[in-house]
Amino acid sequence: MTPFSYHKPASVGEAVGLADVSSRFIAGGTNLVDLMKENVVRPERLIDITGLGLNGIQATANGGVLIGALVSNAELAWASVIEQHYPLLAEAILAGASPQLRNMASTGGNLLQRTRCYYFYDTGTPCNKREPGSGCPARTGLNRIHAILGASDACVATHPSDMCVALAALEAVVHVQGRAGKRQIPFADFHRLPGDAPERDNQLAADELITALELPPPTFEDHYRYLKIRDRASYAFALVSVAAGLNLNGGVIQDARLALGGVAHKPWRDPAVERTLIGQAPTQALFTQAADALLQGAEPLAHNGFKVPLAQRAIVRALSDAALGAKARGATS
Amino acid sequence: MNIKTAVVGTAMDRVDGVAKVTGQARYAGEYPQAGLLHGSVVSSTIARGRVLSIDTAQALSVPGVIAVLDHAHRPRISSYDDDYSDADSAEGTPFRPLFNDRVLYSGQPLALVVAQSLELARYAGSLVKVEYLEEPHETDLASVLDKTHPAPAETPAPRGDFTGQFANAAVQVDATYLTANEHHNPMEPHASTVLYQADGSLEIHDKTQGTQNCQDYLHKVFDLPKEKVRVLAAFVGGAFGSGLRPQYQLPLAVMAALHLQRSVRVTLTRQQMFTFGYRPRTQQRLRLGADSQGRLLAIAHDALGQTSRFEDFTEHLVEWSGMLYQCDNVALSYRLAPLDVYTPLDMRAPGAASGMIALECAMDELACAADIDPLELRRRNFAAINGNEGKPYSSKELLACYDQGAQRFGWGNRRPQPRSMRHGQQLVGWGMAGGVWEAMQMKASAKARIDGAGHLTVSSATTDIGTGTYTVMTQIAADAAGARVQDVTFVLGDSSLPTAPLQGGSFTVSSVGSAVRQACLALRSKVLAHARQHYPEVGKAPVEKITFADGYLQAGNHRLALADIVASAPEGFFEVQVEAAPSAKRKPFATATHCAVFVEVQVDEDLGSVKVTRVVSAVAAGRVVNPKTARSQILGGVIWGIGMALHEATQTDHRLGRILNHNLAEYHIPVNADSGEIEVIFVEEHDDIVNELGSKGVGEIGVVGVAAAVANAIYHATGKRVREFPITLDKLL
Repeated sequence: MTPFSYHKPASVGEAVGLADVSSRFIAGGTNLVDLMKENVVRPERLIDITGLGLNGIQATANGGVLIGALVSNAELAWASVIEQHYPLLAEAILAGASPQLRNMASTGGNLLQRTRCYYFYDTGTPCNKREPGSGCPARTGLNRIHAILGASDACVATHPSDMCVALAALEAVVHVQGRAGKRQIPFADFHRLPGDAPERDNQLAADELITALELPPPTFEDHYRYLKIRDRASYAFALVSVAAGLNLNGGVIQDARLALGGVAHKPWRDPAVERTLIGQAPTQALFTQAADALLQGAEPLAHNGFKVPLAQRAIVRALSDAALGAKARGATS
Repeated sequence: MNIKTAVVGTAMDRVDGVAKVTGQARYAGEYPQAGLLHGSVVSSTIARGRVLSIDTAQALSVPGVIAVLDHAHRPRISSYDDDYSDADSAEGTPFRPLFNDRVLYSGQPLALVVAQSLELARYAGSLVKVEYLEEPHETDLASVLDKTHPAPAETPAPRGDFTGQFANAAVQVDATYLTANEHHNPMEPHASTVLYQADGSLEIHDKTQGTQNCQDYLHKVFDLPKEKVRVLAAFVGGAFGSGLRPQYQLPLAVMAALHLQRSVRVTLTRQQMFTFGYRPRTQQRLRLGADSQGRLLAIAHDALGQTSRFEDFTEHLVEWSGMLYQCDNVALSYRLAPLDVYTPLDMRAPGAASGMIALECAMDELACAADIDPLELRRRNFAAINGNEGKPYSSKELLACYDQGAQRFGWGNRRPQPRSMRHGQQLVGWGMAGGVWEAMQMKASAKARIDGAGHLTVSSATTDIGTGTYTVMTQIAADAAGARVQDVTFVLGDSSLPTAPLQGGSFTVSSVGSAVRQACLALRSKVLAHARQHYPEVGKAPVEKITFADGYLQAGNHRLALADIVASAPEGFFEVQVEAAPSAKRKPFATATHCAVFVEVQVDEDLGSVKVTRVVSAVAAGRVVNPKTARSQILGGVIWGIGMALHEATQTDHRLGRILNHNLAEYHIPVNADSGEIEVIFVEEHDDIVNELGSKGVGEIGVVGVAAAVANAIYHATGKRVREFPITLDKLL
């Protein structure tokens, strides 16, 4: 671990004033500290934001909620407003990590998890995300867990978060603050595809801090499903995950959301595919069509070809479960 | 003199349990000392070549960094291969850390940075710049199939006529199974704390399964008198074989301590836990020929394992195929493929865990081909004689394992057709397999001493790698000496104690337990002899009327506390040391533990995800000294077997020649949610031949057969025969 200085500012303004490319904000530290120990991330300054009071979950004027960036993943998953009105989010959070990690990990930090690509974590190998321009051995190396959609020559890594897949489906908004002021970023725009700058995971400037997440008014309270498929039953990253939400009225789909995790550099959504579900009856055939459409542009690598049919089947299963409704499929919430 | 066994056989809690769960048990990397220095290992990033230069200037300029050792800057070490050999060496040239500029594998230690804190040492290590001359490497077993050689193992000679019998067999199976490299990954990473003493001697706390093995190694490598090196391992946080050989952190820490004449600790990172021994990848072809009734006519097991370029690692991979079942025509072969990797190392049930996957999956394939229930097929081929040795088993209650396991599992309700059982979208499969492991005994010594307070201290240089050695030796000692458990202290993990073999192979109870028993019996005789002289009422009593139990000697109506008897002796204590050796009674017999494992899986019909919902493991291991710790051994083995079947694999990028999933997030072992209920049955097995305790050891047997049973259950659930392990869900889509 590279030596660093430690700061604990008392206000968001002070925090962003301390921030630049050589610093990192730290909250739960569940990912950052690992990366520092492995010399993958070498900040000169750590800015501890746990004293900034970004803790509550509040109702917003339009009937949504505003979630403080420091709310822990566990707290968020078990908050009654989330359990009751955003069960898709609760189900996604609880599919991630382990109880111990969820107790430590923050809402803001969850968005900023780095990829689990083996090469990114091993400073004994090249990696464009870690050392821009050094090359991407994953593209032709061990790539069973890597991206099938939206990848580039420079990078085939995937975003590891479960929570973010649900947030993408729910169309959350990320509230950030930097030295230049505050701004709000729609979730779909928050994370980036790797392109030729895979070192940048998202749109945040070096001095910008996530202060809160805003969820629109509740939707998909009954017809939802977060389905995660992984190599073991817990404490493993998704090979493929699906966040599905449906609004049904009289046996007809009124609204639909579909997001994939484990397949791309960011949660993968295509509103055009979602629109094809609207006005239709929820059938296996319809869901299969949607699944095929969402995977249309898939470009699998040598070891991850299985992710294409797996994602298709997972989409059909998740949408079918969602259509069934939480009570009918025996979900707890 | 009557010998009761009051404590042996009871489910006693671990005597060291409280110390462990309250943090009082100190592990090798936890011994504090003022001024202790910390070493961090710099590892190679190439798989083969030479080190051209190691630039340490930047690292040395960091305040608090004391030294950087490398092959050009280190104390003198031996240059003779023999001096690096140890009690678990493979054939060849043992690895010599920081010996010269050769890079033999990716992850090889190239330098040790020593600093005032671990964090500083690791940071400075990141500043060390190594220049290499890279050479082409090969790390992929599959690409060197034409460059193999016979393993230097004592593989049993062929018997009968395999070729002829196989060719004419009514039912044939010919299948090849692939198993993956697996790393031990005990919870506690390897660490050595070398405490440099004022007189220049070394007191070393090491993570090891053999303190005397490490002492001997250091004596030879550094030309240090043995009396100047004491190696201790009071507690070991799991090892599973990874501590059988001295690992490189030990000589590195000693180098630094000798060089600086200061105390030094070296702890490996989790990533570095993937830079030494492991269970080797194998490719195994099984050919089984049987008559229409399923009786085995011919067995051939041809195995290929990977090894390093510098040593030929061998394990008992194919022997099992010649001994578990009755068959007169058997051909076994075993070859090795050298690669630019580190040498493999024994890992829990070495050889059996991998080899029995092939045999027991092939038996399942034979059962399907012959249309015979897999359990019935095994019953029909039961062997009372070990065909490899031509000797009868001292005991083999495998049929009881089959029966009791099957009954508890409900095997009789199994529908034979694949895909014939389901639960919603989950395909349900039932599979089974048998298991076998040798019941060995080694020479071992123990010392027993009882003092005037009635306290019995028994010691031996063995270790407790988490298996429960402290506890079971306490039980054996208490019974043999007639002492109360709470008056017994068992001392281990110290090279200065009476000689003990490495802790491994499931032979610690058999070997050290026998020594402990003999020492305590001899001690009891001494106490009795004194008592008969000193107390007339004891002297007059017929010997057969005298009993020892619960800290008392009972002679007719007279009851004397052992404490009082010992206190009345001139020296105030008695002490005995014995060496126990395997009895000649064993010679005409084969000795082995056995098990039968029954597994239920649920496989998602669309998504391929597998859950092991139920396991019943029925084990025949002779007398079980402590059913509680023994059950834990079996549970751990079963879970490991589930991991072998479904999760565990060290993944190497062969172009880089480098292991890449070297952390516990990406190297998958089962979590609790991966397995449902696991039931352990110990069947009655009486054996007065195997050793004087009648106990065969349970460290390995729990894992053997499990992976095959899971694979067979997956076949039953899905109709898919996956022969490449682990069976990840992509193979089931």
